[in-house]
Amino acid sequence: MKPKETAEHYILSSSPHAHGRASVSRIMLDVIIALLPTTAAGIWFFGMPAVWTIATCVSTCIVTEALCRLAMKRENTIGDLSAVVTGLLLALNLPAGLPLWMAVVGSVFAIGVAKQVFGGLGMNPFNPALAARAFMLISFTGPMTTWLKPFWWKTPEAMTTATPLAVMKTWFGAEAMSSATPHGLCNAACKGVPGLWDMAIGNIPGCIGEVSAIAIAVGAAYLLFRKVITWHIPVAFIATVFVYSLIAGGAPATMQVLTGGVMIGACFMATDYVTSPITAKGKLIFGCGCGLVCMLIRQFGSYPEGCSFAILIMNAVCPLINRWTQPKPFGAK
Amino acid sequence: MKTVKSPFKFKGGVHPDYNKELARGKAIERMPVPAELVVSMSQHLGAPAKCIVKAGDFVTRGQLIGEKNGFISVLVRAPADGLVKAVEKRPGPTGAKADAVILDTTAEAPEGAVPGVSPVLAPLDWKTASREELLKRVEEAGICGMGGAGFPTAVKLNPPPNKRCEYLVLNGAECEPYLTADFRVMLERADRICVGVEIMRKILGGPAVRIAIEANKPEAIAAMEKAFADIEGNVEIVVLPVLYPQGSEKHQIYATVGRVVPEPPALPIDVGCVVENVGTVAAIADAVEKGEPLLERVTTVSGDAVAEPKNVLAPSGTKYSDLVAFCGGEKEPPAKVISGGTMMGFAVSTLEIGTTKTTSGLLLLSKKRVFQYASGACIGCGRCVRACPMNLNPALISRVVDANDVKAAEDAHVMDCIECGACSFGCPAYRTITQSCRRAKASIRARVAAEKAKAAAAAAKEAK
Repeated sequence: MKPKETAEHYILSSSPHAHGRASVSRIMLDVIIALLPTTAAGIWFFGMPAVWTIATCVSTCIVTEALCRLAMKRENTIGDLSAVVTGLLLALNLPAGLPLWMAVVGSVFAIGVAKQVFGGLGMNPFNPALAARAFMLISFTGPMTTWLKPFWWKTPEAMTTATPLAVMKTWFGAEAMSSATPHGLCNAACKGVPGLWDMAIGNIPGCIGEVSAIAIAVGAAYLLFRKVITWHIPVAFIATVFVYSLIAGGAPATMQVLTGGVMIGACFMATDYVTSPITAKGKLIFGCGCGLVCMLIRQFGSYPEGCSFAILIMNAVCPLINRWTQPKPFGAK
Repeated sequence: MKTVKSPFKFKGGVHPDYNKELARGKAIERMPVPAELVVSMSQHLGAPAKCIVKAGDFVTRGQLIGEKNGFISVLVRAPADGLVKAVEKRPGPTGAKADAVILDTTAEAPEGAVPGVSPVLAPLDWKTASREELLKRVEEAGICGMGGAGFPTAVKLNPPPNKRCEYLVLNGAECEPYLTADFRVMLERADRICVGVEIMRKILGGPAVRIAIEANKPEAIAAMEKAFADIEGNVEIVVLPVLYPQGSEKHQIYATVGRVVPEPPALPIDVGCVVENVGTVAAIADAVEKGEPLLERVTTVSGDAVAEPKNVLAPSGTKYSDLVAFCGGEKEPPAKVISGGTMMGFAVSTLEIGTTKTTSGLLLLSKKRVFQYASGACIGCGRCVRACPMNLNPALISRVVDANDVKAAEDAHVMDCIECGACSFGCPAYRTITQSCRRAKASIRARVAAEKAKAAAAAAKEAK
């Protein structure tokens, strides 16, 4: 609502007459900046296919957003950059080398179905990028679980592989392994699970943007510094995964945190404003829930990875958490 | 007397640009009485005063022109000699219209007019005067809180017998951007404030005194320390961190004595506290010792569209246009004119408005200082929740008010909202959250009033 001007042309509006200059587009820009390190890491490890996937998703999301707003006869909102963020996040949660038409379908689903059908930014109950990823995982199961090896062009005879998670799943409940060091464990039980250092820098198969824990951590630190996100969700999420795997046994806890979508999920997907609780207490509950559901799926589910489903399930619970965690007014009994 | 740092920090708050440097170095300047005064009968919180003069009457400075009208009300005296040109509805500092006496101060006194006396009231010695005499003086001097709300001071200083004032808190926080009137009063009139504190202590039965000043006013702290150096009893200057809304009554009580005022309708006195603005305290001293009623006050005239920002001592009823002229006129055409500060002040549509006892500031802002954006959907970022000093969920309130669900807003404790503006200030979607809270509060108040009226009507019917 624009304040109206009076006969004497003084602008009338309700107080406050000052603003802190925060804006949605600046926040989205900060998220994009924070995603650059892990985007770069993904491109470094997976090469041009990663570039094409990212370019396809981002451009399709922008075009879909513009077309949806046009069809709905509402103002164009591509300037708020939220469509760019959705496109980028979706691409970073896809395997490199996925047929590009599938990326197009996923992007159209993310913006058209998961976001604009509900009324656009701020109205969507589910994280659009994750909703699209879940849709694609069910629709295109094969291509969505075909992983290029890092630097696949150097090993032309075997370019694809399983993620470490598929192997790690089989370790749950194996008593002997719970106390083993990762390296000892790899030597003894299985080849094909990379070392911790490779997991930290991202030299492992996986989605474009989820592999490099260090790059994600750098981006998350930027978001914390810019006060775009608070620590509650990432810390609660990661700590829950860590503690769960300590108790459940199987693969070492650090490995559970560093592989799959936990890092990018905890720092970038679960912290989505619209689909996460608004109070600090709510965020802690939400983060713990994400970590718990993620590990339950990793241990008992039929997929090796449960991070995106965990966040989607918690998205659904978010309104309830918000209801439970209303702040108590200053002075209220 | 000692100076301490505030040991209690309230949750939330924001850091707006203070822009106080425009006027903070300017000593209080007395303005000549302008040719016309617009003296409102509604200068305070509560029932407007009842006007007892009519067009054609000649009034003298200090003469009663508006009678106290009810318990929560304050009388109004003529700020200067003059001829009553008219008594009519005029927009006040909030934009709302109220009865006002239009005085022509250039008119010659007619033959046989009774000359005004000076001082208006007989000076009192506070040391020998009784509590009742002092209280009566505060009332007949027409004093109300000068910080903003304008609560009748005589009512505040006379709590019901079952409630005792343990702490008198002096509000010198002045956390509103641009405003420096209280700062200058503390700097230049600290001795008057000290006398006022002695008088108030006597009226209130000897409470401990806490003087709250934000840390960004070191000169004021020094001046007050000097003036209060020899005062006896439990008196402390509490240095508050620079944080908006530090001047809020509830937050100031928490910051100085660590007590929490319960939800409305509870008042500070329910936790043994009385909070009074420093300017009001000085006005009490003048009313008692000099017999001077509250007829003038210091107003900060500032903003980037004013040629020379100043702290002006002007009679109540001085028109904004005269204040601006006294400050060298407009530097450029203002885009927005605000009664008060930028966080809680009221945007007004004209400069033909008279000041009141609560006009702490007049701001003229140019186009580039005015923030105007279209508001978007709430993205749930939680900045308003973190900023809200009342620990409400402003995001929820603004959403339900958008959906016209006033009941949900009431359940979300919207009546606790102090309308400080911290939520809207930080909203990246430029949502007018504070305005939504006001809307909800107004409709809840209207509903409660209607219910009361209905119940009263039913009771009356039954009585028949």
